[in-house]
Amino acid sequence: MDLDRLTRISNTEWWIPPAGKMRVPGVIFATETLVREMDDKVFEQVSNVAKLPGIVKASFAMPDAHWGYGFPIGGVAAFDPDQGGIISAGGVGFDVSCGVRTLITGLKLADISLFKKDLAHALARAIPAGVGSTGRLHLEEDQMTAMLHGGAQWAVHKGYGHLADLDHIEERGRMAGAEPEHVSQQARRRMRDEVGTLGSGNHYLEVQHVAEIFNAQTAAAFGIHENDIVVSIHCGSRGLGHQIGTEFLREMAEASASYNIELPDRELACAPIRSPLGERYLGAMRAAINCALANRQVITHLTRQVFEEVFPDAELQLLYDVSHNTCKLESHRVNGHEEQLFVHRKGATRAFGPEAPELPSGYKTAGQPVLIGGTMGTASYILAGTVGSEQKAFSSACHGAGRSMSRHAATKHWSGRQLVDELAAQGIIVKSPSLRGVAEEAPGAYKDVDAVVAATAEAQLANKVAKLFPLIVVKG
Amino acid sequence: MSIADSPTRRWEHFEHAADMGVRGIGPTREAAFEEAAVALCATITDPALVRPVVLIEVSCHASDIEFLFVDWLNLVIAEMSARRMIFSKFEVTILDGHLHGRLWGEAAVPDKHHPAVEVKGATLTELKVFQGADGLWIAQCVVDV
Repeated sequence: MDLDRLTRISNTEWWIPPAGKMRVPGVIFATETLVREMDDKVFEQVSNVAKLPGIVKASFAMPDAHWGYGFPIGGVAAFDPDQGGIISAGGVGFDVSCGVRTLITGLKLADISLFKKDLAHALARAIPAGVGSTGRLHLEEDQMTAMLHGGAQWAVHKGYGHLADLDHIEERGRMAGAEPEHVSQQARRRMRDEVGTLGSGNHYLEVQHVAEIFNAQTAAAFGIHENDIVVSIHCGSRGLGHQIGTEFLREMAEASASYNIELPDRELACAPIRSPLGERYLGAMRAAINCALANRQVITHLTRQVFEEVFPDAELQLLYDVSHNTCKLESHRVNGHEEQLFVHRKGATRAFGPEAPELPSGYKTAGQPVLIGGTMGTASYILAGTVGSEQKAFSSACHGAGRSMSRHAATKHWSGRQLVDELAAQGIIVKSPSLRGVAEEAPGAYKDVDAVVAATAEAQLANKVAKLFPLIVVKG
Repeated sequence: MSIADSPTRRWEHFEHAADMGVRGIGPTREAAFEEAAVALCATITDPALVRPVVLIEVSCHASDIEFLFVDWLNLVIAEMSARRMIFSKFEVTILDGHLHGRLWGEAAVPDKHHPAVEVKGATLTELKVFQGADGLWIAQCVVDV
């Protein structure tokens, strides 16, 4: 991206001044190096989002921002329903409520070294992953509806997990306001056998060790210490969310004109929050959030079963579960007033600071855990939300490294076999049904996650707590 | 870039930062739609590995040819997802905005197809359906994987 088009506010904050039909400025949080590496499309998309009706304060891009669909991936935008604010299916994305959860195992690095291969094999066998895989559950209509209403709470009540898990999931595991009646038969059909499946692409289950602690007090509050073994799960709402995204994006693309919404890009298709279409999408999207929460909860249960086999004394506790493709109604202070806003986060993580009422009691002084996914051979991070992030970007932070190279280019650069062998030499076991899939997800095809996280911390969007390094990667 | 062998009827992938662009080229709109569906399935696996032994029929309607194209690809994606199948052969007829599609393929088998990714949806990004100066039809868009 050309820096001359931006106004530098600080080392990690760059503004796109309002121009043309932009209602608010664009704000990019990143270091100069990361901004230079960003696609010009990010500039265009941040500017386009700033043109949408009812947008409040600014159109934001996180340090991992890259070219998305209408909204940039790594984009955050809040809309005021009282000011004609909109809701956009593209601003949430196809994989509704895709997210990460991290489990604390109580094990230390030394405990698993002898059993790593057995554990990798058992996890790959137990966790359905990849195209064509099915979960252990088959949901008929009434169970599907119950799952879409209940999310992780439904899963726990079905025996997939512990009640204590729910305290450590956004929305306590159940997104209120879900309206499963707005979820189509096609979406339900795609999900019938998919609860408890990882999917493919950048989704994974990783066994990781805590390689570095940056803030001992917050880490202790989160229950992690150096050399601890944790498990991170990255996946979303599977076929149901994909279908909801597909159908509403399409419907909004045709309906926007009828709402007199001028779209700078067809992909920004949207509807007023207070419109029949906007309300239907909101109800369906919230049902998809519950689907994602149920999915990660069932995978957690399967993971616990595997650990029980290999390490009978291990008790896996949920550190936290975050979603990074959502639109949520939240209370934020704007110009000294408390406002109820619909905050879109597309490839961005909610990052509430200390004392936020949504936090579980144990994390009140620490802030919300922000879980940043890695890319097989690279680190993942645990961050904590800051008070300052509320004023910066509606309490939002990055979600991962963000791609820097296309899938096609990645397969030209790396072979899957070679990558698996190289990672094995580094002590990382990769289990995947597709070597081409491994090549497409090569760590080198992503931005430097360390740089993205450093920029996030410097911009005071979230503070660094711990760095995790992978030992076992199960990919679809 | 992957290109099928026929000079007038072929499919390609084109670059997108995070995902994949699929493009079908053919002497008719229908042929371009069919080839784009092959390109879609080629993001998942080598179509040559997929035996066209099971037939599925789908249909959709749109007044706009570009929306009809994206609806077509999304139907293919939904059938792959719901039936756990992969397809390799397609036949499309279009009449007055109504599309009827025939899809041939087989059940997805990881050990045989080694599927690389699952396609989430066909998007409106880089969505174009047009007839080029050489008379060939091109149908394309980016798919989210």
